[in-house]
Amino acid sequence: MSPDNYLYLAAILFTIGTIGVMIRRNALVAFMSVELMLNAANLAMVAFALARGGLDGQVATFFVMVVAAAEVVVGLSIIITIYRTRRSTSVDAANLLKL
Amino acid sequence: MIPLVTGQEVTFWIVAPLMVLGALGLLFLRKAVYAALSMAFVMVNLAVLYASLNAMFLTFVQIIVYTGAIMMLFLFVLMLVGVDTPDSVVETLKGQKVAAWLAGAGMLGLIVFGIGGSLAGGPQVGLDEANAAHGGNVESLAALIFGRHVFVFELTSALLITAAVGAMVLGQHARVRPKPTQRDLAEKRMREYAEDGVHPGTLPNSGVIARHNGIAVPALLPDGTVSEASVSQALAMRGVILDSPALSRTTAEAFEAIEGARAEEDES
Amino acid sequence: MITLETLVPATGLFSYAWLMIVVPAVVAAVLLLFGSILDRIGHWLAVAAVLVSFTVAAILFVQLLGADPESRAVSVPLFEWITTGMWNVKAGLLVDQLSILFAMLITGVGALIHIYSVGYMAHDERRRRFFAYLNLFIAAMLILVLADNYLVLFVGWEGVGLASYLLIGFWQYKPSAAAAAKKAFVMNRVGDLGMTMAIMSMLALFGSSSFTDVNSGAAHLTPFWATTIGLLLLLGACGKSAQVPLQAWLLDAMEGPTPVSALIHAATMVTAGVYLVVRSHEIFGMSDAASTAVVVVGCVTLLAGAWIGTSKDDIKKVLAGSTMSQIGYMMLAAGLGPVGYAFAIFHLLTHGFFKANMFLGAGSVMHAMDDDVNMRHYGALAKVTRITFWTFAMGYLAIIGFPGLAGYFSKDHIIEAAFEVSTLAGVCALVGAGITAFYMTRLMLMTFFGEKRWRPGVHPHESPLVMTVPLIILAFFSVIAGALMNWWIQEWLEPAVGNHVHEVSLVPGPIGWATLAVVAAGVALSWWLFGTKPIPDVAPASANPFTVAGRNDLFGDAINDTLVVQPTLLAARGLVATDDKLIDAAANGVGTMFAGLSSQTRRLQTGQVRSYALTMTIGVLLVGAVLILTQLG
Repeated sequence: MSPDNYLYLAAILFTIGTIGVMIRRNALVAFMSVELMLNAANLAMVAFALARGGLDGQVATFFVMVVAAAEVVVGLSIIITIYRTRRSTSVDAANLLKL
Repeated sequence: MIPLVTGQEVTFWIVAPLMVLGALGLLFLRKAVYAALSMAFVMVNLAVLYASLNAMFLTFVQIIVYTGAIMMLFLFVLMLVGVDTPDSVVETLKGQKVAAWLAGAGMLGLIVFGIGGSLAGGPQVGLDEANAAHGGNVESLAALIFGRHVFVFELTSALLITAAVGAMVLGQHARVRPKPTQRDLAEKRMREYAEDGVHPGTLPNSGVIARHNGIAVPALLPDGTVSEASVSQALAMRGVILDSPALSRTTAEAFEAIEGARAEEDES
Repeated sequence: MITLETLVPATGLFSYAWLMIVVPAVVAAVLLLFGSILDRIGHWLAVAAVLVSFTVAAILFVQLLGADPESRAVSVPLFEWITTGMWNVKAGLLVDQLSILFAMLITGVGALIHIYSVGYMAHDERRRRFFAYLNLFIAAMLILVLADNYLVLFVGWEGVGLASYLLIGFWQYKPSAAAAAKKAFVMNRVGDLGMTMAIMSMLALFGSSSFTDVNSGAAHLTPFWATTIGLLLLLGACGKSAQVPLQAWLLDAMEGPTPVSALIHAATMVTAGVYLVVRSHEIFGMSDAASTAVVVVGCVTLLAGAWIGTSKDDIKKVLAGSTMSQIGYMMLAAGLGPVGYAFAIFHLLTHGFFKANMFLGAGSVMHAMDDDVNMRHYGALAKVTRITFWTFAMGYLAIIGFPGLAGYFSKDHIIEAAFEVSTLAGVCALVGAGITAFYMTRLMLMTFFGEKRWRPGVHPHESPLVMTVPLIILAFFSVIAGALMNWWIQEWLEPAVGNHVHEVSLVPGPIGWATLAVVAAGVALSWWLFGTKPIPDVAPASANPFTVAGRNDLFGDAINDTLVVQPTLLAARGLVATDDKLIDAAANGVGTMFAGLSSQTRRLQTGQVRSYALTMTIGVLLVGAVLILTQLG
């Protein structure tokens, strides 16, 4: 079986993640959407690893997972800090970027 | 040549629609907890796909790290910040939803027809040879990670340490003003009473009636009505507090009896 | 071919020549820095400093007299001043026949004027400061004349400019004094521009600014550069020496205290221009155009100064006009070439004595008349202020060229030399001598003779000894300086300035007789006009264009105003308008445009994270689309 189907699946998942980031207002859900995008990328890499007959794709996936773990820890801490001061996890409420 | 239907294909066609459904749940489920659960579902399914793609090590890492650790962390945080605030359906940004879907469609097109289209095709080589080099998938991966990529691996350790320290720093609750003493609290209470008429005393306890002393039973005021302040707000929101008319009925009966007795006394 | 002087290195006492400069400079600093604790003795300290300088100068002079003529130019290297890649400027002193004469004049006359000032400034609260400035001036002037290269000379040049500025504006609470100081400073800047350009040209052409290098290199100059440097030097000299066209500041400079006028604006500083021209004689010798320009400037100034002198009622302004005129003589002599260099210096020295004498005498008269400077309020002072009168009379006779006195020798030589070179210049010089006699006689008659025209409440009295003794000494030199130096100065200066030695005799030649006749005519005319008739109390209105022009300083201010000030102001206003209307408008326009653009662009910045995510996604789409399209292409 060619990796095409896996790639299509990964593309669909990635797109759903992108849309999720853009339309969900709960910061946690948006963050999960980001994770979904990472997972989609991982899937593509593992599929390519099989198709090309090398393990490098799997190694890269492994590293992505490690980085994602670190990212999630810090990201969630930030969300908690924001929640503590603003009593909300809505990303719309955090429009402090605007003066 | 008739293409053989392999186990890999079967797995794919079962798992892939489920994954897409789970991912769509992320978009449409209003409660964050449900979204998190559907996300966990996607991840477990992804682990299955990894297994079908000959990536046994990643299968377990996916389940243990992603589903087990990361998603559970999400759930913990969800519980910390409150599960009771669903996303509002009213879109505050004008045209954001439409634009987001359009952009998503564009992204899909870009990936599929642009990048994907240029790479698609070609036979699968398979991993048997690569795995066999060190006697198995895990061993071969280990050889790569601790061999060619050992420097990156060491870097990730630094990254994880940094992330852990960062999380602790962010999680630390720095006190910006001195801790109020008992005297401050008392003064504040009296001030609030003077300015806003807030009752300075303690809130009424729940369950003063002898028959019910549970925390879900509101206290009764002298006139027989229920004191909302005596039960937890969270319980009130969930609607699990005891029905108030049933509670106040006894008082009402007692009042009626007293009134009746008075009326008789007056007549006589 | 002119023989170049050869320098010998300093030995013995000569290596202490720097003491002349350092002592007054240090005393000036001490007086300025140590404040009022020196109020009581500060002025004597200053006098002592100048006397030390004078002593050093005198000792060196005697040493030079004793040396053989070939080794009379002594170079005293001091230190490396500027060392950069290409330039290596050494600060050093040059003690030769020319500079030692100047040093003697500056310190000698300077010392007398210091002593005189002790009396003159006795009642001034800021006398200590005044003496500090005077010492500063002496130090700077000595740097100017003792320098062995043009750059060090320029340090002194600017130093005397500064001291002059400070002293003209010494009574700065008087607006006129403050304005006069500023005017002098600004006009001197014009001259300094020429000076700096000349020095830079020298550095570019010779790689050095030392007198030796410049004078020896001048022979190889192209005519263009010789003329250019000569004219630039002349511009500098005009500024410092108040020569036409930069003469206008000198008359206003009389706002300063009278000793200042005597020391700086008559005896020493204003002669720096003459010194400069004589020092640069090789350059002027290479360019006929430049030396002709010097002669023209000299002739014009000597007539213009004399003209102004005839029509002023302010005693100090008459003397100022006379100073301009006499320096015009020196310039004329310096421009005549080798024939006149020695006479220029000769006249400079005698003029230093008799003009200082007369200025101090004028100060004494003013002292007697309660600081009134209008000669129409004087009269009959000969009996009251006897010493002042007699000393002034010596100066008077010296300047008009009474036979045997200082001016007779020096001025007659210049007139004769002028006739040798050009009849026109000679006639100018001759006429100038007549006018000099005319206005000086007028001054004498109006001040010391005739009826008393004193203002009520003025009781003239003779000045104290501390003021009259310097007058007597200066009068003595006004009488004998000419005879003293007449037969000696030409040979003395020959190696330094390369002049030609002339035979001089006591018996006047035809030109000498003519000069005497013209002078006598001037005196007689003046006597007829001012000695036989009473002097009106206010200057009579006059339609005579010569009188009007003279009273208005030959319209020097008006000319400057029209030619320089107004166009400058106009250009400035034009530039301001251009700046406001064009450049500012353009800059503001750009600013407004961007402000407007920004306030539109700002709407894009909602602060909403999701909007930013959308924007990023669209950006990725665009980049991806572009990449794919270029791949297709």
